[in-house]
Amino acid sequence: MAPVESPPRKAQTDDRLRVVGTSLPKVDAVAKVTGRTKFADDLFLPRMLHCRMLRSTTPHAEIVSIDTQRAEEHPGVVAVLVGRDLPTPYGILPVSQDEHALCIDKVRFIGDPVAAVAAIDEATAFEACELIEVEYAPLDSVADIEDALDGDDPAIHAYGDAHNVHKVVALEFGDVEAGLADAHLVQEDLLFYEGNTHLPMEQHAALGDYRPDDRLTLWSSSQTPHYVHRALATVLEMAPSRIRVIATPNGGGFGGKSDPFNHEIVVAELSRRTGRPVKICLNREEVFYCHRGRHPTLMWIKTGFKQDGSITGMHFRSFLDGGAYGSYGVASTYYTGALQTVTYPVAAYKFEGLRVFTNKPPCGPKRGHGTPQPRFALEVHIDKAAEKLGLDPARMRLDHLVEPDSVTANYLKIGSMGLGACIEKVVAESGWNDRYGKLPEGKGLGLACGSYISGAGLPIYWNNMPHSGVQLKLDRGGGVTVFCGSTEIGQGSDSVLAYVVAEVLGINPFEIDIITADTSLTPVDLGSYSSRVTLMTGNAALQAAERARELLVRSVAEKWDVPGVRVAMADRQVFDVQDPECTMTFAEAVVLAESKFGTIGTVGSYTPPRSPGRYRGAGVGPSPAYSYSATVAEVSVDVDTGETHVDDVWIAHDIGQAINPVVAIGQVEGSVYMGLGEALMEEMTYRGNRNIVHHHPSMLEYKSPTTHEMCRVHTYLIEDPDPNGPFGAKEVGQGPLLPIPPAIVNGVYDAVGARVDEVPVTPQKVLAALKRKAKQEEPREGPKKAPQFVWPEAIQVPPPWAGGDGRARDERREIGGGGVRK
Amino acid sequence: MRHPYPVDRLGFMAPSSNAIEAGAYVSLELRVNGELQAVSVPVHKTLLEVLREDIGLTGTKHGCELGECGTCTVLVDGQPVLSCLALPAALEGRDVTTVEGLESADGLHPLQQTFVELGAAQCGYCTPGFVLTAKALLDDNPRPSRADIETALGGNLCRCTGYLKIYEAVELAAARMRGEPGEPTREMLYGAG
Repeated sequence: MAPVESPPRKAQTDDRLRVVGTSLPKVDAVAKVTGRTKFADDLFLPRMLHCRMLRSTTPHAEIVSIDTQRAEEHPGVVAVLVGRDLPTPYGILPVSQDEHALCIDKVRFIGDPVAAVAAIDEATAFEACELIEVEYAPLDSVADIEDALDGDDPAIHAYGDAHNVHKVVALEFGDVEAGLADAHLVQEDLLFYEGNTHLPMEQHAALGDYRPDDRLTLWSSSQTPHYVHRALATVLEMAPSRIRVIATPNGGGFGGKSDPFNHEIVVAELSRRTGRPVKICLNREEVFYCHRGRHPTLMWIKTGFKQDGSITGMHFRSFLDGGAYGSYGVASTYYTGALQTVTYPVAAYKFEGLRVFTNKPPCGPKRGHGTPQPRFALEVHIDKAAEKLGLDPARMRLDHLVEPDSVTANYLKIGSMGLGACIEKVVAESGWNDRYGKLPEGKGLGLACGSYISGAGLPIYWNNMPHSGVQLKLDRGGGVTVFCGSTEIGQGSDSVLAYVVAEVLGINPFEIDIITADTSLTPVDLGSYSSRVTLMTGNAALQAAERARELLVRSVAEKWDVPGVRVAMADRQVFDVQDPECTMTFAEAVVLAESKFGTIGTVGSYTPPRSPGRYRGAGVGPSPAYSYSATVAEVSVDVDTGETHVDDVWIAHDIGQAINPVVAIGQVEGSVYMGLGEALMEEMTYRGNRNIVHHHPSMLEYKSPTTHEMCRVHTYLIEDPDPNGPFGAKEVGQGPLLPIPPAIVNGVYDAVGARVDEVPVTPQKVLAALKRKAKQEEPREGPKKAPQFVWPEAIQVPPPWAGGDGRARDERREIGGGGVRK
Repeated sequence: MRHPYPVDRLGFMAPSSNAIEAGAYVSLELRVNGELQAVSVPVHKTLLEVLREDIGLTGTKHGCELGECGTCTVLVDGQPVLSCLALPAALEGRDVTTVEGLESADGLHPLQQTFVELGAAQCGYCTPGFVLTAKALLDDNPRPSRADIETALGGNLCRCTGYLKIYEAVELAAARMRGEPGEPTREMLYGAG
């Protein structure tokens, strides 16, 4: 069976790229289409036990007692765990160690786990969970942002910047009030982005296998095996050297498998107690409770524009509903204020943000992590301003683009910047200039842009080590094995490693062995999040491959007695560029090198460049490179039912350099799809009153786009290479989602002349806006007012053009003093 | 029939007590991918569970176990069936095809081949269900329109691809299965424009 073709096999001496930039199959594609890929729940070990977890049925309560005796006595039950068995807290961020594997004293949302059972099969474990008796003393619960800020309810956590407020941020770069005073137009808007969830097709699963010689292996559908490794060592109080975490290929991640999870720790501990492998696979309802998805976010934005559309100053506030735990929330909060400055120059910028705790499943990072909400707000806001200024929304953006190789007001270093080319492409292809504002009632076009990081500039826990490492092993048969901690979640990370190494060594990517995501076998890569993998593992792989190439070239040059510069490698051959007849195979070159140097192994690593920002909070936002996207969406709105359908999306994405175009297009189309779902239907919502029961924790009722709702997508890859990317590559997995919701919402306005300042744009909201329009009221549906909150004085950071050096004006002053006003 | 193994606190061979109380075990022969498989399972155990846990065919995945997502689709006598809702006791004498049964001595099924070429499998988790559902479509309708494909695949959810590469892969495979030259277009591989 040879289903995949080799890349072009013309032995040539030119410098053209042979693998990079070519649309090849992914290296794991055959395994996936034949059902051979082993996901976590596909693993079965001899003597394996099955785990179920008992979860809270009340949103906020103290645990008075837990009686597990009947469960322990139930036939087939081997072990039962409760919270006090795992007393050490953990959490993904060092500043938010607020989770326990099982709740000890109180529960904080419906679904919070309180006990776990290991039994001979899943049905028995399920039965045993029903025999556990938990007595709760209910507490008043906190339902949403407004509820959290009213200060009436008991504290969900004992820590935070204010009562039930996890984090408060206030930063100002330049004099925003002066900027607003200079403006021709001051536009002010209030918008809301409802929470939604990743809904990966694969339910989370984990398998722990502890041996009596005190060694533990955990297989898990995790995007971040390195962080799971650290959390296990902490909570189980085991030396990390005794723990091996293997991330199985993820059946979809989208950020939802990026936290260390309670069920991972629980099966590890149950295996330690029973001496047998223990597996758990969450059911779909439990996946909704794991969540870590998009934060519901209320946003207030006030911007000053000159008559030509340039921005004199911007003041942005975000209120995030964090749910019951910290998760990545501190970073999420900063991200809602970080990237407003990287598309259009903002002369002065002020950001205030806060994240509240509520009694709901915890929010965290979902595709775009904290940036789709503010991008939605900003792009709708600009659309409104363009109308008031009498400017074409595309022209207004094109006329005011951030310069490449510049530094923004908040000290983000921009490298390559292809947004202008992206806008021009979608404007031309969609017929924007002839059709915008001119389509019949019910049909509309909307335009929006976006930008995203290609990996975060700083790691999650402070250290000076590389963010990504690659080891390369060459054997005398010509085999090459790549070892890297990166995690394949469907985005093609294993393939990127193969393509980069194959390009440098002139070999066939499908003959390379890729070993990834195994903390015992592979050097650390921080994980598949923040769109970091192609850039960071790509650079690490590039360095390792170039070092291996150097060893081969020196060996061959010595043999041929020619200078090293004359030795080239391509198409599985090594040859003399001045004498193409002089060749040997790649394997022969490896034999020469191994004879000269001994066993051939090389390493490569990648650490992002240091960011110019030095103020507190400057750690969120910097990236080695920023991707850019522009979109035009064509929508149809049924004015009788209020239903919105997206017909076509034209999207251009500045990817720097596509390592594999067909895989990149797949990422763009998938991002459009997910943005479409968020814009039109997806929402994590809860029943009212104070019960906070999830409306619809099932795939049927949590509406996500099927084939019938998906739109046509016209994808254009814009290649503006970035010097920090491997071969110039930037990210593509997340950025293309960002412009989709605002483009659709702007399109709805073009279609029916009514504004829905809130996603998802449900038929009810459209009809409400249309009803107001019919009554000659403001044709708008959306949030009415922002909660009252006394913001602390902002940290003042002069922007680069005001003589700033990236530091706060008074570095010693810490943020604080924020509070709740009733 | 009653299961012969005793319930033992540590005995991993024992079936669930629930099943024993119900006393509801069935022994039957399932024909899966052309092979007869003898199994003895609780009567309520679904085809999905029996395929994965008793027969070892883990190529069939699950996303909800409630009949909502299409991930666990297999073919029964050539028609798509949600294996999470099907009971083996009802399937004796029927032909069950799973993703493991799609390859032949000639290699991959054309649908598998085009899914590979076009990147129609991203995480690959929903892929077996999509490939089998598409096979049922193409066996019935060798020349489906895009609308036919959308309708046929409407019960399968995919969170990675936005379905578009899947449509293209089905169309390309259909062309090849009709004996027409089927090469990916430049737009499929490198984008529009």
